[in-house]
Amino acid sequence: MKIAVCIKQVPTREWQPRLTDDKRGIREQDASWELNEPDAYALEEGLRLKEKHGGEVVVCAAGPARVTSVIREALARGADRAIHVQDAALGRADGIATADALAGAMREEAFDLILTGLQSDDQGHAQTGVVLAARLGRPHATIIMEVQVADGRLRVKRELEGGWFQWVAMALPAVLTIQSGINQLRYATLKGIMASKKKEVRVVAPASPVTPRLEVLSLYVPEKTKRTEILAGSASEAAATLVRKLREDARVIA
Amino acid sequence: MILVIAEQRDGTLSRASWEAIAAAQHLAAGAPVVVGIAGGDIAGVAAGLAAAAVAEVVAVTSPALAAYTADGWVHAHTALIAEVTPTWVVLPHTYQTRDFAPALAASLDRALVTDCTAIKHVQGQVVFSRPMYQGKLAADVRVLGEAPWLVTMQIGAFRADAAVRGVSPAPVRTLEVAIAPSAIRQAPEAPFQEARQAVDLSQAERIVSVGRGIKGSEHLPLAQALADALGAELAASRPICDAGWLPMERQIGSSGQTVAPKLYIAVGISGAIQHVVGMKGARTIVAVNKDADAPIFEVADYGYVGDLFEFLPALTAELRKS
Ligand SMILES: Cc1cc2nc3c(=O)[nH]c(=O)nc-3n(C[C@H](O)[C@H](O)[C@H](O)COP(=O)(O)OP(=O)(O)OC[C@H]3O[C@@H](n4cnc5c(N)ncnc54)[C@H](O)[C@@H]3O)c2cc1C
Ligand SMILES: Nc1ncnc2c1ncn2[C@@H]1O[C@H](COP(=O)(O)O)[C@@H](O)[C@H]1O
Repeated sequence: MKIAVCIKQVPTREWQPRLTDDKRGIREQDASWELNEPDAYALEEGLRLKEKHGGEVVVCAAGPARVTSVIREALARGADRAIHVQDAALGRADGIATADALAGAMREEAFDLILTGLQSDDQGHAQTGVVLAARLGRPHATIIMEVQVADGRLRVKRELEGGWFQWVAMALPAVLTIQSGINQLRYATLKGIMASKKKEVRVVAPASPVTPRLEVLSLYVPEKTKRTEILAGSASEAAATLVRKLREDARVIA
Repeated sequence: MILVIAEQRDGTLSRASWEAIAAAQHLAAGAPVVVGIAGGDIAGVAAGLAAAAVAEVVAVTSPALAAYTADGWVHAHTALIAEVTPTWVVLPHTYQTRDFAPALAASLDRALVTDCTAIKHVQGQVVFSRPMYQGKLAADVRVLGEAPWLVTMQIGAFRADAAVRGVSPAPVRTLEVAIAPSAIRQAPEAPFQEARQAVDLSQAERIVSVGRGIKGSEHLPLAQALADALGAELAASRPICDAGWLPMERQIGSSGQTVAPKLYIAVGISGAIQHVVGMKGARTIVAVNKDADAPIFEVADYGYVGDLFEFLPALTAELRKS
């Protein structure tokens, strides 16, 4: 089975946002980067499917030169090769523009199965995988928590709200957006890191110019609507204050 | 014209539909609003929606729409949009919307803004606010290109009871769409719930909830000790359950349980919207986080900014004192 996994590079969770002077983007030079979390699960699922059914896993990333670091990481975890659609404008592109760039590079590969994360931790469009499916003319299903493959067909478990699930079947080739927690992640071994150095990374330009559908006018720290009472002092002073307030003001403990 | 795409399951309207109507009425600023609802047997839901102060309700039906499928919904709403010719299409940002709306936008080749928390009219231009970077930042964005533009509203961003009701019911019209069975490539099975929940956190009076700040399962006893001292249940954010440190049934949030205890103590939880929707109904919320800008402080009544590994033992000790 020829499997593609779309991976995005995003700022780490510890990163403290700092904005560019025009307040329309983040200062990238201050950010440290990592693999978007759901994409790590998508990659793991791809690797497991390959182990079971044979074939190859190709990671596909769209973005500026900096995204090489997550491509290398994915190769070290076990992906066979990579496609990097490189363009400065893809660093902040919206879901449709990103999917167009990916579709242009992925079409000729004729993948049997394409896995993406359900959502990116930076822009959070929750669009790219589904738009990619539409662009490639493939059926899709989203927020997937289990994947079964048999006789050229997929049976996948979709997560619904509030602890509900649903199985959905469809023919391959198809596109799935993967939810965090679908499997237990593996991490790169030293052997994997060494092996990754010899793996192919094909760098291509977008097939057509990146056309944005959304424009960010400004970025800002969200305004607070609720007044939080911050507990002052050392940990034990704050704890004493909190217990008193929970008892006497909020009356939520005895 | 503004089109709202409402959502139902098995003939029951999803509450978020009324939130989307409220958002559309705000966006419309007086322009007519039409509500569309797709499905098999939806006469009842359509009649219910007619209570809204809208120009009309369009019930989009076809035998192919008896059960939800992404392809079915894309076909149905493509037909609806061709019929209504709206400038804006407003949807609630539910899991179902996530499943079909991007495909609908792709087939129309139009902009889609997702997960919006606010709609502003600025100098004749419509500006949407949406979270970015897991809620650490918000962005004001505008759409580019031709109408119709699609926008999905974050759950809770508008109140369902803010949707204006009409003095008399709006007209309801049925739009029969022809969808060839072969056009639907997904074969869905019936929704189900995983084995019955052994713990029903919705009944808990007090909850101590841990997030990724707890670092490792070996530190969970710190939180358990606090829960014991409070007579509270232990719960968690998604990553803790994903990692298997606590069972799934203790997960709070959009894909886990929704709770409304008297006291909710969020420990090392950043406050992503998918977590917050599950606990913001708590009467008193305490947040413990080393990051003063963490979004969880948006909903917290009391906050401790600092290291949970110092604060949890201190709080447990304080409670045990008396
Ligand atoms: C469709 C969908 C459904 C989802 N459903 C759910 C759901 O049901 N429930 C859910 O919880 N999430 C859900 N999520 C995931 C959600 O978006 C967040 O990723 C998740 O809630 C983050 O968990 P967290 O706050 O524990 O981790 P993080 O976001 O990593 O936050 C950890 C926090 O701990 C703080 N911290 C670190 N160390 C310390 C310390 N020593 N002392 C004090 N504070 C510290 C950090 O400052 C940070 O704020 C869903 C996501 C999607 C896309
Ligand atoms: N620039 C990108 N390169 C590769 N994959 C991407 C990119 N942006 C988004 N994706 C994929 O699409 C998913 C959803 O992203 P988004 O639509 O931004 O929420 C991510 O989890 C990735 O798998």
